[in-house]
Amino acid sequence: MADIALEDRNPAARQDNQDPAIFGQTPSQTVGPFFHYGLPWKGGADLIGKSDMGARPELFGEDHYVLNLSAPTGTPTGEAIELAGIVCDHDGEPVVDAMVEIWQANAAGRYRSADDPRDDIAIDPHFVGFGRSSTSEAGEFRFRTVMPGRVPGPGGSLQAPHIAVSLFARGVLRRLATRIYFAGSDGLADDPVLALVPAERRDTLIARRDGEGVWRLDLRLGGEGETVFFDL
Amino acid sequence: MTDPVPYRPLDAGAPPLLFPEYGSTRLRAPHQPPIAIPHTLTETTGPTGCWDRLMGPAAADLTAQHKGEPIGQRITVSGRVLDEDNRPVSDTVIEIWQANAAGRYIHAKDGWGAPLDPNFTGAGRVVTDAQGRYSFTTIRPGAYPWGNHKNAWRPSHIHLSLLGPAFATRLVTQMYFPDDPLIEIDPIANAVPMPYRQRMVSRFDIATTQPNHALGYLFDVVLKGRDQTPFEEGGDHG
Repeated sequence: MADIALEDRNPAARQDNQDPAIFGQTPSQTVGPFFHYGLPWKGGADLIGKSDMGARPELFGEDHYVLNLSAPTGTPTGEAIELAGIVCDHDGEPVVDAMVEIWQANAAGRYRSADDPRDDIAIDPHFVGFGRSSTSEAGEFRFRTVMPGRVPGPGGSLQAPHIAVSLFARGVLRRLATRIYFAGSDGLADDPVLALVPAERRDTLIARRDGEGVWRLDLRLGGEGETVFFDL
Repeated sequence: MTDPVPYRPLDAGAPPLLFPEYGSTRLRAPHQPPIAIPHTLTETTGPTGCWDRLMGPAAADLTAQHKGEPIGQRITVSGRVLDEDNRPVSDTVIEIWQANAAGRYIHAKDGWGAPLDPNFTGAGRVVTDAQGRYSFTTIRPGAYPWGNHKNAWRPSHIHLSLLGPAFATRLVTQMYFPDDPLIEIDPIANAVPMPYRQRMVSRFDIATTQPNHALGYLFDVVLKGRDQTPFEEGGDHG
């Protein structure tokens, strides 16, 4: 220490984030119950309009709203749909402090991502495809979006229209990943990912029509009809 | 189209879904094992390059969001977002939220009796530069009691949320402080086995400590890596 200037002395290193000996993936931790002022912004669950869907601004004071405000954009191309469901625990009780995220292709089947190399399919300037919804006091998530187009699967196959879903909540130590498919859509019977799911559990991934343009699928963390989650 | 290069699986530091000491996992951890699926474009893409359109402009100084200065120890947290191969993850958003210096969240359902601070919200977001670097200024959050068991206290922590480049790299974690004895007895931190738990413990750093202003803490976030796209191999390799 003696040859290091006082102002440059650091405490002796202990095993911590900066230690090369334990370098590797940062472990996941729960989102906890108090994320509402930090993550789900107004309009985060409305991928096609300008509503405030997705946020729970009643859970904190207006002067503490530092999240995004939904900005006006044009209307994306495609079939507008509403996608809703209840998140429930092993006892069937609604999970009122969950956050559901979606990621999907546009109506033509193109992801808005530099990692989707298919330049022959156009990006929709009015559609990103990422959304975030807090669950309500009834445990319900709700999105407005467009029906995604089909995207390629392994080995030149074609996947049925689907939306990738991440689920976060108090008591959930790492992101739960699943998918939502749509009953009756093209390619459902030979979707290469759905085919990896035991036949008797596939229904937990398939939303049902519940009125014009409205689709429903509950996400069950346990009990009867536990949702299939994926290991990515 | 050739199949996308997959991201690597979770490593040994990932917590289990069921960790009974953390009581809330008992009714919320799925019983069935997750099903492995190949990475398709769905898993290898993500909303890159438009984070501000989604989340709003950067908010890197959590001490400057209100009329006055918040109460508490001012700190800066800086570091890099990397992948498992030490490559920087650039232009990726980190969302931040935390309790105030007294350990109280600005949230209607936080029943802890410590005072709210009218000058502190505790939410922000930053984006990484070309080298994956980020930095934000805040106050050190306090510890707080919770209902997991008798006399349970959460160690001071800052919640961090990262999208990374792809659906497969999504991460929500918590950053802890090096001088906090509560980490060792916290069921949420303890769900991560040693020595990997220490990856979540930041390092105090005199070099990033700003004289007469703020203590500096270093924290790198490491996301899942991915093998490079293999070169097309021509000719014979005998």
